[in-house]
Amino acid sequence: MTAVPVLVPPLPTRPSAEPRRLRPGPEALVRPTVIFAAAAAVTGLAFLATALSGTFGYVVCTYFVFVALFAWDTVRREGRTAGWDRVVTVAVATCGLCTIVPLAIIVLYVVTKGIGGLSGNFFKQSMASVGPLDPSSQGGAYHAIIGTVEQVGLAAMIATPLGLLTAVYLSEAEGMARPGKKPRLSRTVRLLVDAMSGIPSIVAGLFIYTMFVIKLHQGYSGLAAALALSVLMLPTVARTGEEVMRIVPGGLREASLALGAPLWRTVLRVLMPAARSGLVTAVVLGVARIAGETAPLLMTALGSDAVNKNPFHGVQSALPLFAFQRMRNAAPSEISRGWAGALVLIALVLTLFTLARVLGSHKRKGA
Amino acid sequence: MTAPGDDLQITLPEPSTANLNGRATRPAVEASALEARDVKAWFGRSLIVADVNLAMPPGSVTAIIGPSGCGKSTFLRVLNRMHELTPGARLAGDVLLDGQDIYATGSRPARMRLQVGMVFQKPNPFPTMTIGENVLSGLRLAGISVGDKAQVVESRLGQAGLWTEVKDRLREPAGSLSGGQQQRLCIARSLAVSPKVLLMDEPCSALDPSSTKRIEETIRQISTSVTVVIVTHNMQQASRVSDYTAFFLADQGDPGRVVEFGPTREVFSTPNDPRTEDYIHGRFG
Ligand SMILES: Nc1ncnc2c1ncn2[C@@H]1O[C@H](COP(=O)(O)OP(=O)(O)OP(=O)(O)O)[C@@H](O)[C@H]1O
Ligand SMILES: [Mg+2]
Repeated sequence: MTAVPVLVPPLPTRPSAEPRRLRPGPEALVRPTVIFAAAAAVTGLAFLATALSGTFGYVVCTYFVFVALFAWDTVRREGRTAGWDRVVTVAVATCGLCTIVPLAIIVLYVVTKGIGGLSGNFFKQSMASVGPLDPSSQGGAYHAIIGTVEQVGLAAMIATPLGLLTAVYLSEAEGMARPGKKPRLSRTVRLLVDAMSGIPSIVAGLFIYTMFVIKLHQGYSGLAAALALSVLMLPTVARTGEEVMRIVPGGLREASLALGAPLWRTVLRVLMPAARSGLVTAVVLGVARIAGETAPLLMTALGSDAVNKNPFHGVQSALPLFAFQRMRNAAPSEISRGWAGALVLIALVLTLFTLARVLGSHKRKGA
Repeated sequence: MTAPGDDLQITLPEPSTANLNGRATRPAVEASALEARDVKAWFGRSLIVADVNLAMPPGSVTAIIGPSGCGKSTFLRVLNRMHELTPGARLAGDVLLDGQDIYATGSRPARMRLQVGMVFQKPNPFPTMTIGENVLSGLRLAGISVGDKAQVVESRLGQAGLWTEVKDRLREPAGSLSGGQQQRLCIARSLAVSPKVLLMDEPCSALDPSSTKRIEETIRQISTSVTVVIVTHNMQQASRVSDYTAFFLADQGDPGRVVEFGPTREVFSTPNDPRTEDYIHGRFG
């Protein structure tokens, strides 16, 4: 009789006996670090020995020498495929770094420049009755913060519903058209929205200026600024929202319709909840688009040094305008106020994003 | 080829109240008759299904069998106006629900689909809703209020053979279920609106034998009050569950047509067309 050892199940080993499989830990970084040091040294020697010079050139050369050495080392030890894998890993990581670094530099720069101008009075006082030569301990951006919050808030209130409705229309137009007919209008709408997203912001400001401020005799106000900003925000929300709605699996739409749901309930109860976090992103992108806009405010809110809490009447300031106006003065206190304004604007937008992210992912059910 | 029509009405078996183990369902909702007349369906320029004439009497179970790609799903989707939702889709012919043309101008697709439910080939529960909410979703989406929600959830999940598995997880997201469980949830969801006709497109293709058995029992059980049309690739299932069988076949470059239609027992024992016999016994290209 032949033995059948292969059919005998292996004796159960104690769980602790089997080493746990882990992703490569920090020790995996040792070799690349050594290679990097070697690359730096080799490049350094080359720079010393030849006419090559310059810090930037040194960094770039070190980088390429490192990639080459690292690839060669991996190919030698683990083969070609692993070598390519490392090269691409390094390349992708470099790309990621290249996008993050400028962003970090900008933020850090604004923080270092602006932090000095931030004091209690900056959030409490306006620039009314503060001269350009007054020290930073006087005056502030209270009026500008109020203006930005009100203008951006109003613009979001106008553009969000309009943008989301447009997004739904664009993504669902085929379902709304009578069977067999092409949804012509939706193509026109999409074209117009695309064209709208190309409008220079100064033109949006001019448009509201001529139509609203002048023709309708409304005068400068926060509302006029909000209208101009909503013109800029609408296409971003609409087109991003459309793309998000389109990637909702078609099976969900069909499931809902097959249950006897009318299209509007399908959109409201099934499709929009499924696309929820994406739609929040669309709105956030829209707000990001407008929060830092300066040009359209010049002709709509005009700017002011005094507090005006009423966005529907009278000139109003805003943080971008505040930064712009302060920076035009040469006095050091004014410049530092300008940087502080920019810092507050960044902080404000960041807070808004975080809030939106939290709201968007909140109560997410299942995959 | 058996012409569906008057002679079929004669061979119609008595609605099967016998095999319900005494759990006779309330005949509150009467099943509807469904009839397809000269149905043709296109995708773009290509004719997919042609000249389909089928009469599905109230309370019957009709199995649609046929090789892959012959237009079974397409035909099924014509029966509840889902076909027209695909861009470029066209169709001709009439579909009569209790004698009323569902494609008549002015008829409302949403209202009709409330009576003609559908279970899809791929499970598609609503990911943003919990398991319990999914069962009730049809009612909520159609704007129907229900008195005893817990009772609806329990009875419909029970019919779909899912209740014991999920009774303690009703508040969990539907996405946390396995594929087969999701499919049974979709069946429960379709049953919750008490349709008069239920179209099922390979409902058991993702299910294990015991869940399949449970679904087949459910089909038999609901067939007193629901007319069922089921597409299946499983010949045993077709013979076990259906009263009538339609065999669809598409020749190369030709649209799918009904080759054979009749009482299931006759189609399986003494088919008129040799191709039916070949297909049923697996002797097919
Ligand atoms: N959206 C579509 N656009 C164009 N052609 C389609 C579309 N959907 C299906 N078809 C074609 O219609 C034909 C019938 O498809 P259908 O899905 O009805 O087949 P089926 O009989 O259900 O097959 P299976 O058993 O594999 O599910 C196929 O040839 C398919 O390629
Ligand atoms: Mg199919």
